[in-house]
Amino acid sequence: MGSLHVDRVSVEFPAGRHAPVVVALKEVDLKIQPGEFVVALGASGCGKSTLLNLLAGFLSPSQGQIKLNDAVVSGPGADRAVVFQKHALLPWLNVIDNVAFGLKLRGMGKSARYDTARKHLVHLGLGAFETHPVYQLSGGMQQRVGIARALASDPEILLMDEPLGALDALTREKAQELIIRIWKDTSKMVFFITHSVEEALFMGTRLIVMSPRPGRITHTFDLDFGRRFLAGADARTVKASPDFIKMREQVLKIIFGDEEAAGGDHV
Amino acid sequence: MSDSKEPASKSFLDSIFKIRPTRPGEVYGVPGQGDSLMISAISGIAIIGFWALATSMGWIKPLFLPSPVAIFQKFIQVATEGFANYTLLEHTWISVLRVFGALALACATAIPVGLAMGMSRVMRGVFDPPIEFYRPVPPLAYLPLMIVWFGIGELSKVLLIFLAIFAPVAIGTRSGVRSAAIEQVHAAYSLGATPWQVLTQIILPAALPEIITATRIGMGVGWTTLVAAEMVAATSGIGFMVLSASQFLQTSTVIMGIFIIAAIAYAFDLLMRFLERKLVPWKGFA
Ligand SMILES: Nc1ncnc2c1ncn2[C@@H]1O[C@H](COP(=O)(O)OP(=O)(O)O)[C@@H](O)[C@H]1O
Ligand SMILES: [Mg+2]
Repeated sequence: MGSLHVDRVSVEFPAGRHAPVVVALKEVDLKIQPGEFVVALGASGCGKSTLLNLLAGFLSPSQGQIKLNDAVVSGPGADRAVVFQKHALLPWLNVIDNVAFGLKLRGMGKSARYDTARKHLVHLGLGAFETHPVYQLSGGMQQRVGIARALASDPEILLMDEPLGALDALTREKAQELIIRIWKDTSKMVFFITHSVEEALFMGTRLIVMSPRPGRITHTFDLDFGRRFLAGADARTVKASPDFIKMREQVLKIIFGDEEAAGGDHV
Repeated sequence: MSDSKEPASKSFLDSIFKIRPTRPGEVYGVPGQGDSLMISAISGIAIIGFWALATSMGWIKPLFLPSPVAIFQKFIQVATEGFANYTLLEHTWISVLRVFGALALACATAIPVGLAMGMSRVMRGVFDPPIEFYRPVPPLAYLPLMIVWFGIGELSKVLLIFLAIFAPVAIGTRSGVRSAAIEQVHAAYSLGATPWQVLTQIILPAALPEIITATRIGMGVGWTTLVAAEMVAATSGIGFMVLSASQFLQTSTVIMGIFIIAAIAYAFDLLMRFLERKLVPWKGFA
């Protein structure tokens, strides 16, 4: 079981013709331990996606480095699977071929990769949809296919950038419960970005709150609400408990403070 | 802006633009809604009916416009007895072969060139000037040059049609390269794909809808070019048949040929639409 280490990483986007230099991340330190579910919250533009792109290997740091199991990350790879908000499935493949896509890229034979893909589809409640075209599925089901695809290549860490942002409220809560169950069953590391404070508190074992200009981690909280749910408590009961609400307001206050300092109402 | 004047023209425009509360099944503010199939059928029948009336009443001489029945009889006659050494089916078949040969050649070259142009700055720089130079030139303008270079046989005709199809297919493919969402490309790389795998398994299938549309446009251009080329330099083919019939003032053969040219063009388009539904059923969804 590996761990992920972000070591004093800074990212500067150079000045464009109409834009000044943006320090998207400044000296960010973050360690994700085996089995941890780290959630990132923060005002728009505080560098959450930039951090995820670094972990995925789509972007290289201006300073510092990122290590997975002591090996420096230098590009994208199958040990770090990404789940996007949308548009990342391949509509020319059916459900099972989407899930098996990463295995096919590796040259795995058809029956072996279908076996693996099928296992993950069943796990995500999509067992009956193997041969469906993905573009006919609902948003929630598409997102589950995306998660199954990420899991199928058996990565060390799942990187998720607002994966539930496009779902309606009810589907979203169901998906949250599914994801923490999957996380518990697979005990993979997870790095999860969200805009919803409630989602963050419910799902993570650790919350990092980020601030913009320059992007950095300003607060860290250890969480155990998800574990209460996994231990058998009802999800809404957990989310309505007094300590959950207290923490939610505390975190909201931090984020609103950042939004106001940034000049208010731009979204 | 007047509030009370121009009620008549206002309500006419209102009805076109559906600026009035809609009935179920209509959408407020969408112009041109509704099915027009029935009206089209009536329109078509009316035109043929008027044509039949005008010829049977002797308003127009058969030399200028034979009756619909005469054209159908000519169709049967040419289909069975032939025209200028070939039957109608042979003329049609030769024309179709020329177009499909050129289309196959164009797809085999224009799709890789278009992909290369979309993927590489260098390739775009190399191929842009020649394609943009000859693309707006009507193919018949360089047909004489083709004949000088390649003779009057099949090669010059097929090459001419090939060139006519090549440009739209290459340009369509090139712009199709941008159809893949960046998330799809990133997802593939983070699943361990090599650049070649991204090209063949993400970029190419994502570009397929645009490639097919471009091929459909190319097919239309190719057919137009072929018929024109056959009128200039050929001893067979449907375009040749129409032109040489006109020289003998066989108007019924000319009109019959025009109908066949139109029917084949329509059949090509139906075929392409069928292929589109088969090959890219996701088009319009994702
Ligand atoms: N490719 C880029 N070029 C220039 N600036 C960028 C680029 N990507 C992101 N940024 C800037 O970096 C900052 C952080 O962006 P991002 O990580 O997307 O924020 P978040 O995901 O938290 O909303 C923003 O100010 C954004 O404008
Ligand atoms: Mg973002």
